[in-house]
Amino acid sequence: MKFLCVECDTQMQFDERHVPGDGTFAAAFACPTCGRRIAMLANPMETQLVDALGVKIGGRTLDAEPLELMRSKVLGREDAFVEDSEVAAKPGSGGRPAWTADAEERLGRVPRFVRGMVKKIYMEYATEHGIDEITPAVMDRARTELGLEGM
Amino acid sequence: MTPLRTYRELEGDDRSGLASQVAAQRARVAQRLAPVRHVVAVMSGKGGVGKSYLTAGLAVGVQESGGGPVGVLDADLHGPTAAALLHAVGPVRIADGAAHPVMTAPGVKVVSMEQFLDPDSPLRWREPETEGFVWRGALEAGVLREFLADIEWGSLELLLIDLPPGTATLGDLVELVPRLTGVVPVTIPSVESQRSVTRAMELARERGVRLLGVVENMSEYSCATCGSRPLFAGNAGALLAERFGVPLLGRVPFRAEVSDPGAPSRAPEGLPHEVITRFREVLDQ
Repeated sequence: MKFLCVECDTQMQFDERHVPGDGTFAAAFACPTCGRRIAMLANPMETQLVDALGVKIGGRTLDAEPLELMRSKVLGREDAFVEDSEVAAKPGSGGRPAWTADAEERLGRVPRFVRGMVKKIYMEYATEHGIDEITPAVMDRARTELGLEGM
Repeated sequence: MTPLRTYRELEGDDRSGLASQVAAQRARVAQRLAPVRHVVAVMSGKGGVGKSYLTAGLAVGVQESGGGPVGVLDADLHGPTAAALLHAVGPVRIADGAAHPVMTAPGVKVVSMEQFLDPDSPLRWREPETEGFVWRGALEAGVLREFLADIEWGSLELLLIDLPPGTATLGDLVELVPRLTGVVPVTIPSVESQRSVTRAMELARERGVRLLGVVENMSEYSCATCGSRPLFAGNAGALLAERFGVPLLGRVPFRAEVSDPGAPSRAPEGLPHEVITRFREVLDQ
């Protein structure tokens, strides 16, 4: 999908995305010539369809996790997976980002079926952005930027 | 007024790169399956013919007759049984950017939705069910893709894919694995089964998939005490093989005492040896 600024006859550039958590999706595009911004607002059906393809509007910034689609979409059993990253990703160890208590508490509310993957995604996001400490605010920002609906 | 330019007239990338994301997904499947010599689907147009039992029996039979290593991917997301049939227990390990299949006692690697669901729990999605028809098919195909692309199957001689009843998943599989070695259609002797399996075989042929040979399951009831007798009227296995010009790999009797194809000591007895032998022969042709 491309967006064209009709006034300038210029292709608009992806600017930001927003996942409000109600099944809908918003993405902003800006015209590099005149600065005009528009928002693409997708309804739940459109959002679900794109989501189901395992692709990300605005492009991927992190590699897909193993079984990412399955783990994020299936209501699965709590003990289905063991994650090697769980051992490696102890808070604050080995130069990895630390987790604040409230961020840990929030992560604890994520179903175990998908928790290991979600944790790894937040860790990678923080590492990539030079963030030393993962807080709920960092989690919110990562959710929005990465399009982590429901995580 | 300047006419609107169209998608193809805009030279820049669309940033989302959805087409390239899909292409990358396909490439990941091809890359993961590169060390797998044969990818074979076990299918039937009809439910209840014993596809999963045949898949498990073929897997263990090939493994134990020296034709391995073998893996089994249970593509029946709504009625998965491969994990139980092959005694695949324990969690799936996520490490090194991949999910690692559970190794069973006979040495067969297994991945099945059964391993990811609570016992007796149906497959449920974390999505509002309203308008589910819009996304359900795409999600199911996506999960199949991930089972192929994200599972570290390693070097295998044979990956058997147990397809669900019907024909829809075969189409998805052919899209995802263009180099599919072939399919093994399974039927029971009845005319009704013959009709359903004919449709499935026609579809496979239309999609350019090699029909490796037909297996007729439950060809008769075999009892060590009271002898053998037919279970169903009909001769579907031979008729399908003749119609499509493919070998009848074998006729498998229903034996009440054999209900556990995953038990290593009994597995080769679960399927007649000639079925395993013929199957291995057609694979090598």
